[in-house]
Amino acid sequence: MNPRRLVLIAAPYAWLLALFMVPFLIVLKISLSDTAVAIPPYAPTFDLSAGWAGIREFFGGLDFENFIWLTEDDLYWKSYLSSMKIAAVATFLTLLAGYPVAYAMSRAKPEWRPTLMMLIILPFWSSALIRVYAWIGILQSEGYLNQLLLWSGVIDTPLSILNTQVAVYIGIVYTYLPFMILPIYASLEKMDESLLEAAEDLGCTRITAFWRVTFPLSKPGIIAGCFLVFIPSLGEFVIPSILGGSQTLMIGKVLWEEFFSNRDWPVASAVAVVLLLILVIPIVLFQRNEERNA
Amino acid sequence: MESKPAPAPFAPWEDAAAHPLIRFEGVTKRFGDFTAVSDLNLKIYPREFFALLGPSGCGKTTLMRMLAGFETPTEGTIWLDGQNIAPVPPNKRPVNMMFQSYALFPHLSVWDNIAFGLRRAGKDKETVRARVEEMLRLTRLDQFARRKPHQISGGQRQRVALARSLALGPKLLLLDEPLGALDKKLRQDTQFELMDIQEKTGTTFVIVTHDQEEAMTVASRVAVMDAGRLCQVDTPQHIYETPNSRYVADFIGEVSIIEGRVAALGEEAEIAYAEGARPIVTRTGGAALEPGQSVFYAIRPEKIWVGAAPHPDRINSVEGTIVDIGYLGDVSTYHVRLDTGQMVKALMTNAERYAASRFTWNDRVWLSWSRHAGVVLAS
Repeated sequence: MNPRRLVLIAAPYAWLLALFMVPFLIVLKISLSDTAVAIPPYAPTFDLSAGWAGIREFFGGLDFENFIWLTEDDLYWKSYLSSMKIAAVATFLTLLAGYPVAYAMSRAKPEWRPTLMMLIILPFWSSALIRVYAWIGILQSEGYLNQLLLWSGVIDTPLSILNTQVAVYIGIVYTYLPFMILPIYASLEKMDESLLEAAEDLGCTRITAFWRVTFPLSKPGIIAGCFLVFIPSLGEFVIPSILGGSQTLMIGKVLWEEFFSNRDWPVASAVAVVLLLILVIPIVLFQRNEERNA
Repeated sequence: MESKPAPAPFAPWEDAAAHPLIRFEGVTKRFGDFTAVSDLNLKIYPREFFALLGPSGCGKTTLMRMLAGFETPTEGTIWLDGQNIAPVPPNKRPVNMMFQSYALFPHLSVWDNIAFGLRRAGKDKETVRARVEEMLRLTRLDQFARRKPHQISGGQRQRVALARSLALGPKLLLLDEPLGALDKKLRQDTQFELMDIQEKTGTTFVIVTHDQEEAMTVASRVAVMDAGRLCQVDTPQHIYETPNSRYVADFIGEVSIIEGRVAALGEEAEIAYAEGARPIVTRTGGAALEPGQSVFYAIRPEKIWVGAAPHPDRINSVEGTIVDIGYLGDVSTYHVRLDTGQMVKALMTNAERYAASRFTWNDRVWLSWSRHAGVVLAS
């Protein structure tokens, strides 16, 4: 084979191997190990100097104990389920918030579209962590939102939003909104306006024309947007730990605590491996959807 | 063999008692400062194949969009079958439109595209199926019913668009540059197909086009538009042979225009066009002329005979030099500079092989034409 072509093909595979497969295999190996009071905090470790016997001993030391442990303590599966529920609801809310924005952008005058796009992307220019922290100032009981509502007379006792799941939903919708808007906008923007005129000409009202033509044509964008929001929110750690308080159960937080509070690397790795497997299913579905639309 | 009686010529516009399907009454449409259509009056009759012809920006598309309901007139009234259609939204009008881009729904199959309007009208399943199949047969699309629009050719897409817009059985079908996206050969075939379908369904067609050949081929009447006004509304033959202005004469087909002055006026007029040259003798065709009036004499290239000597039977003969020859196979176009300086185009049929080589560049030739060949235009 042409060597230049070989290099070209090898590059993405090398990338995947170095940055995905190798780290994954390391995590997988740790998840099969046992905790140890050592550095690193697990055993066995790979020791080539012991020769063949060392390798045999190494593989003998691996077992599925940690995965069994995940099924024994209900904290884990409850966290997975709660994460999935939160991610699914948040994705749906993001869709509800994002679709009208994307629709409005695609109907805006062409000279305005780059500016609107810029405004959607603009928040990415500051740190996500800072933006999530900023929500504490808005949502806490003496925060801006409560002050506004109290001042306007809508409520007479401050709402406790911070440290609830509502705050987590707000945080996820806020953070991931651009990921929903951009693919939907892309699918709406390339739609031919005359399709709507044709639908009206054939007897549709504006509203039926939307449901019969615009909505089905934006479906690929909706699916892409939903995956782009659902996948990262499932493993989300920052938002639930800053805004969700102690009562919000999410697997990202459990993972963090296993690693850094318990220093139980093998169980944490097992949690990560299962999370990855849960994520692979929607990713594969997403890929297949993309291929069908190609 | 059965012999059919010759059908009466279709000319409802000459019948004062005929009821027009569409009547534009003083219709003006402005977009901000720009006047797209200006004080327009027009009648279109049932079963007509009516063509709106003009360059881009002449207002023909605006006129059509007002009929479809996508634009409302700024002033004036449009009557459809005796009803003022200004307050009727597009989805309630008995008018359908075939879009220039076809505007087929990409997520629906050919079958579902055609059924779209019928389903919105709340027709029952069986009626929808029967009507869609009828449309598929009419447009010869039976075997493509299950395909998506992106899986068929441009010509097939054009037919789907036509089938979809005819499915509801509209009183009036609007066609916006329906053949613009097709290549020349396919376009010519499709023109005849369109005429055939128009005849079979008996629907009134209004077609918008900038292609004069297309308008001449398909239409019963042609309206030539310029800058929001109708220049002339007439049958293709009248538009071609008796244009009422230089603009129309020039827009439709090839023409040579000679500027002159009425030198003598009787049953025939003499048009003096240059110092020392014999005036052109022509019939006036009933045009109101005055002696001394400055006029334009328009003559089509195929009406001029090119020869080595003046044609004995033709009253007008002038000498000139060939400056350009366009050989098109069936015909040759000669660009001749008259000794008085005017450029005149003449067209000769190449009836014999190698006949085209009779004259060549810089040859001296005589151009001859009859008193009926050209028209005198005041503007």
